Amino acid sequence: MEEIYALELIEKGGRIDKRDFLEYRKIEIEKDIVKKAEGSARVKLGETEVIAGVKLGFGEPFPDTPNEGMLVVNAEFSPLASPEFEPGPPGEDAIELARVVDRGIRESNCIELEKLCIEEGKKVWSVFVDILILNHQGNLLDASALASLVALLNTKIPKVEDEKILRGEFEKPLPVVFKPITITVGKVKGKLLLDPVYEEEKVLDCKLSVCIRDDEKICALQKQGSGVLEFEEVEKIINIAKEKSKEIRKLVE
Amino acid sequence: MGKPKEKVIINGKRLDGRLPNQLREVEMKVGVISRANGSAMVSFGNTRVIAAVHGPRALFPKHLQEVETSILRCRYSMAPFSVDERKYPGPDRRSIELSKVMRLALEPAIFLEEFPRATVDVYVYVLQADGSTRVTGLNAASLALADAGVPMRDLVVACSVGKIDGTLVLDLSGKEDNNSEADVAFAMLPSKKKITLLQMDGLLTEDELKELLKMAREACKNIYELQKKALREKYIR
Repeated sequence: MEEIYALELIEKGGRIDKRDFLEYRKIEIEKDIVKKAEGSARVKLGETEVIAGVKLGFGEPFPDTPNEGMLVVNAEFSPLASPEFEPGPPGEDAIELARVVDRGIRESNCIELEKLCIEEGKKVWSVFVDILILNHQGNLLDASALASLVALLNTKIPKVEDEKILRGEFEKPLPVVFKPITITVGKVKGKLLLDPVYEEEKVLDCKLSVCIRDDEKICALQKQGSGVLEFEEVEKIINIAKEKSKEIRKLVE
Repeated sequence: MGKPKEKVIINGKRLDGRLPNQLREVEMKVGVISRANGSAMVSFGNTRVIAAVHGPRALFPKHLQEVETSILRCRYSMAPFSVDERKYPGPDRRSIELSKVMRLALEPAIFLEEFPRATVDVYVYVLQADGSTRVTGLNAASLALADAGVPMRDLVVACSVGKIDGTLVLDLSGKEDNNSEADVAFAMLPSKKKITLLQMDGLLTEDELKELLKMAREACKNIYELQKKALREKYIR
């Protein structure tokens, strides 16, 4: 059993792929990989592979925010990515992932939604971020959040003529002003580690995901897994996330 | 969230007259549904939640059974009439996520391994929503589990904290939540000081978060006493 081996190694101070505890796998980022999307990106974290695509469409704003564009984040854990994933409507893990990615983007105010208003109270741009998991080798959340951010940074607003969207013709880039980065730290046997692989995730007590903005403000937190966290661990995790997010942000600049 | 629209702190006081680190009026009652193994009703101000526990009981279909332990299932639902605009009944994406994080917040407290192949089912129903429903639900679920006689390491005690109009506050109401700069859902096992639920959204500095966690921890001590009192009221006469 690979995960028991992973746990034994962690107890001895090592990792299954020989990384340090606070070391990420190799990150590969590719932009504009889907021509039909207004923005897209592929992120590889080691063997984990995620695609995010952004589509823009017209929408009616919410009554309490009549002059703001809308953001919708969705994730699909397609059965091609892992033998554990089943076809059908999204399960709780896919829903949780999409909602945590959504929170990072929304709460960081990284998209200037008020610039996406077309007609107040009637018509705004809706930004749809769709995440597709292609290969699940652990740490899907960090990969998905990064792919979504890169896709948004490369999203262009299409031209509009006679109230029709001219697909493939663009007016201007989507106004993205911050780069929120989500870092997940796993806890097992009192040890903290970054970027867990699939086998390690199986044996973690719990994880804490932290989304950090360019100005070091924390914009989202989500504890995952059934274990418990100590107060000091939360502080340590936030510091780890702060440091690591700076490094990763450089990759998208 | 994210962008506050209205002022919710005027002259240092919150809209309902509370101080920043003051809970709303808390009401807890254990044993409110006779047909359930355990149940409880908890109110934080106008937020009112009822929780019932069925089990440990046999789990079907059989392939869901775990040989060495029981499983915990949790479902959070909002009554259609619990909010301003009627909520369409049945699970939505929010309640699916909340059901998951609540299950994971309760799990560390329960000796699930005592009942192989069984299930413990926790149903949380929001009757009236005025902010902080998930943490109110967790307090109710914790009492319902204890009422059901499910063996536990500790009670799970939960509260919300956040930042409104630049002030760090405890126990956000619905209006405060809608106009908050940040909010945090928090649960812990008080006797061991272990965190079992931690969710945050909004914008906070590291120091603000530390301060909020401290505030939450202090509040949980008081809520813990209220939970114990509610249990004593049913079982010790």
